[in-house]
Amino acid sequence: MSRQQPLAGFPLPSSLEVVAGTERAQAAYPYTVQFGPGDDQRFWFYNSMHFPEPMSCFDMVTAEAAYCALGAANTRVHCLPTTLGIDHRIVNGRVYIGGNAVTDPGEIARRTAEFQKRAFYYYENWETLYAQWKQKMLGLIREAQALPKPALPEFEPLEHVHAGRGIASNHYLLETYQRALEGYFRMWHHHFEFLLLGYGAYLTFFAFCKKAFPEIQDQTVARMVAGIEAEIFRPDDELRRLARRAVELGVDGRFSDGVPAGTLIRSLEEAGPPGEEWLRELAASRDPWFNINVGDGFYHYHRSWNDDLSMPFAGLPGYIARVRAGETLERPLQKLQEERRQLIADYRELLGSDEERAAYDQMITLAHRVFPYVEGHKFYCEHWYTNLFFNKIREFGALLAANGFFADTEDVFHLTHYELESAIIDLMNSWSTGSAPRGPQHWPALVAERRAAIAQWAKHATPPALGPVPEVIDDPAIVMLWGITRESLDMWLKAGTDSASNEIRGFAASSGVVEGTARVVKSVEEIGRLQAGDILVCQITNPTWAPIFQKIAGAVSDIGGSMSHAAIVAREFGLPAVVGTGSATSRIRDGQRVRVDGGRGIVTLL
Amino acid sequence: MSYLSGFADIGLHDRPHVGGKGGSLGELRRAGIAVPSGFVLRTAAFERFLATVEAEWPVRERIASLGAEDLSAMTECCAAVRSRLEESPLPREIEEQIGLAHAQLCGSERMAVAVRSSATTEDAIDASFAGLQDTYLWVRDLSQTLRRIRSCWASLYSLESVSYRRKRNLPEHGVAMAVVIQAMVDARTAGVMFTRSPTTGDRSVVTIEAAWGLGSAVVGGEVTPDRWVLGKITGDIAVREISDKAMRHVPAREGGIEAVPVAEASRRAPSLSDEELQTLRGLARKVERHYGCPQDIEWAIDRVSGEVLLLQSRPETVWSSKESPPVARAAGNPLAHVMSIFGGRR
Repeated sequence: MSRQQPLAGFPLPSSLEVVAGTERAQAAYPYTVQFGPGDDQRFWFYNSMHFPEPMSCFDMVTAEAAYCALGAANTRVHCLPTTLGIDHRIVNGRVYIGGNAVTDPGEIARRTAEFQKRAFYYYENWETLYAQWKQKMLGLIREAQALPKPALPEFEPLEHVHAGRGIASNHYLLETYQRALEGYFRMWHHHFEFLLLGYGAYLTFFAFCKKAFPEIQDQTVARMVAGIEAEIFRPDDELRRLARRAVELGVDGRFSDGVPAGTLIRSLEEAGPPGEEWLRELAASRDPWFNINVGDGFYHYHRSWNDDLSMPFAGLPGYIARVRAGETLERPLQKLQEERRQLIADYRELLGSDEERAAYDQMITLAHRVFPYVEGHKFYCEHWYTNLFFNKIREFGALLAANGFFADTEDVFHLTHYELESAIIDLMNSWSTGSAPRGPQHWPALVAERRAAIAQWAKHATPPALGPVPEVIDDPAIVMLWGITRESLDMWLKAGTDSASNEIRGFAASSGVVEGTARVVKSVEEIGRLQAGDILVCQITNPTWAPIFQKIAGAVSDIGGSMSHAAIVAREFGLPAVVGTGSATSRIRDGQRVRVDGGRGIVTLL
Repeated sequence: MSYLSGFADIGLHDRPHVGGKGGSLGELRRAGIAVPSGFVLRTAAFERFLATVEAEWPVRERIASLGAEDLSAMTECCAAVRSRLEESPLPREIEEQIGLAHAQLCGSERMAVAVRSSATTEDAIDASFAGLQDTYLWVRDLSQTLRRIRSCWASLYSLESVSYRRKRNLPEHGVAMAVVIQAMVDARTAGVMFTRSPTTGDRSVVTIEAAWGLGSAVVGGEVTPDRWVLGKITGDIAVREISDKAMRHVPAREGGIEAVPVAEASRRAPSLSDEELQTLRGLARKVERHYGCPQDIEWAIDRVSGEVLLLQSRPETVWSSKESPPVARAAGNPLAHVMSIFGGRR
């Protein structure tokens, strides 16, 4: 894809060619995110962690809203001394991002003074501010839930007329859409309100451990800090509870592998009071704990457990079998707390002096303080809220599809959020004028073109980074959120030259060595293919995958770090796991034998 | 009087009487760590023996009068003293006590023993004499054992030891040696472990090196051992390097050790199971905690019983002697620590 490649660096943005035949689809992204003059002088990297697949036009709203909020927090709110925000661009559906470092010592000093007034206040009042945050977030979620389903009646309802409402239904399409969009942008501000500070406190402890114990594994530090009762465990906990209840209610016989969720629910509805009771329990678990999506919340097609019960239901037969076997499925919280306490104490004892121990105590205390937010925010933001938002957009998609704008509801996600507003206004106008909307002539061809472009882009590899390699990566945001360092860049540069190796490297997420048959699972629909003892190979795993962790022997993902949810869940299940490999799903063939060394972060193709 | 002590009855504070090695073995036993069974011939036995020799032929005086620079005189004198000591009979009382203890230790199977010098200064952190005294492995019977005990004593008068003492003008009076007599372990696998990383000094890992057969092949560098690095606390196995182990040391029929080829199928097989690695890690933690500082440990797994036995433990000296400033100190305001992340490069 690149025309010229500088010797010690990555291709320049200007050398990247848009895949032939997809030029119009590329041009559909807003001008603000197209590469342009000046961008060649900067370093960019492909944000494969959050956006591992080519982005549909609408999904770019997440990049826009997230970087808008991240930058505001860094640049203006907490005033991080050495960094401003993050710019983003898109080419061939791939999102590249670049940090904006502050290098002038005078400016750093000025920002440091501001930072300490702001960030330190947050650290000092963390619990209060976080409690307040949860209320704000729940309020935002309630607002989103209260948004009406967009609909256009043939005639304005009589009661509106008699009430003298004066504003017709078509206006509320725009209002609902804009409020949905506004809520999404607001949610991302909440998302970043504490995030960098939280990661920073964690990384402070992490860096200390790495210095004091040069060979300590990332996952060990993660285990010292990770919460025991974090929200991320709840969906799976609920599933275990439902398994136990199924046995208690005597309806467990109806659950078996391969029964579709719909069939199962109908069978329970017919099972009399015990079946109804179980379904009531299910409803209680679903709100809110099934508002968890099967990806990381960045793609409209990462549907939630609530939207698609096949994922959670896939885990039930296994859990039910364990309940029948007399196992206690509930996580032993006290034991886990005790293990964590012991781990912290044991490492403390190994430190060289009491001086070091005092510093260690201070750092881990702060890390524990901030971590509930770092772990908890994802459920509220990336899962629950994002799910509500995409489903609201889906309602607009259904309305537009019903009015002939597209063939399928999901096609709405091939419009940018700006375009979607114009399509909604098109429909509003058509309703008011009585003329046919223009959209049905305009959108279907564009949607088809864009869908085809995404399929094309998915087949093309994209460089991991662009532009000149910086001497050092000193941007705490980039180091924290993406784990990118000068060393990882060197590894990427080298990766181009030795792709023949039979090893794939990633983050050591959960110890243990296991060999097995790789199942490359690209979507939730495929989880039925997993056999006991398989190695799950996927782009990203998160708590929603937990139910199938009981079945597999190991896990490998393209994306994620040692603190990613996949890593946490794998450790919880004691499964060897390597995450953040970048390329496992493309390099491992389905059915291939692989060895997963979760302690070293290496997957070997056998 | 008894010239012998069981390991169970002694500790490090007995070093003046049982030597460093003997004291250390007793200390380990007390900490609940399995070591090959055996006993110590206390320094009093040496003193008694030397007294009988000196009754006819002075030793200490002879050595004390040597000039530090006169190498040829020293060489001649040392040789004379050593052969005198090696040829002199043991006092009957001592020989009887050893005979009884030896029979009890070796039983009807006539197990082999190790006869080890246990100098009163060896195994100390500044082990100046370390390596200067002798150890005899796979000693087959009582008469050989008695001979080797005399050899151990005589090794106090090796050219190296004497020249060391003369150069520093150390007094000869009180130079004494205990001797450890310990059952040999016919090891299936043996090796060494460090309770810190030899490469980074990290105290949170245990590095284990092992090969088939007796540990002498590993210690002597005659085989490239398998190597593992384990989290000391977590047990996570971060490094596994399984080498090609072409030969192993086994006890020779006529005493001593011989090298034999390893069967093709075992050469590239790991010489320890994961379970054994974890047992060794537990042992490493126990020993380190017991001594309060990082250790360099020799161990073996008994071929028959499968028991993991500790053969020797010494303080690690390379990293321990390096002074390094604390990684971080407590801050007046604990929040100041985050500036190491947010404050940019220093």
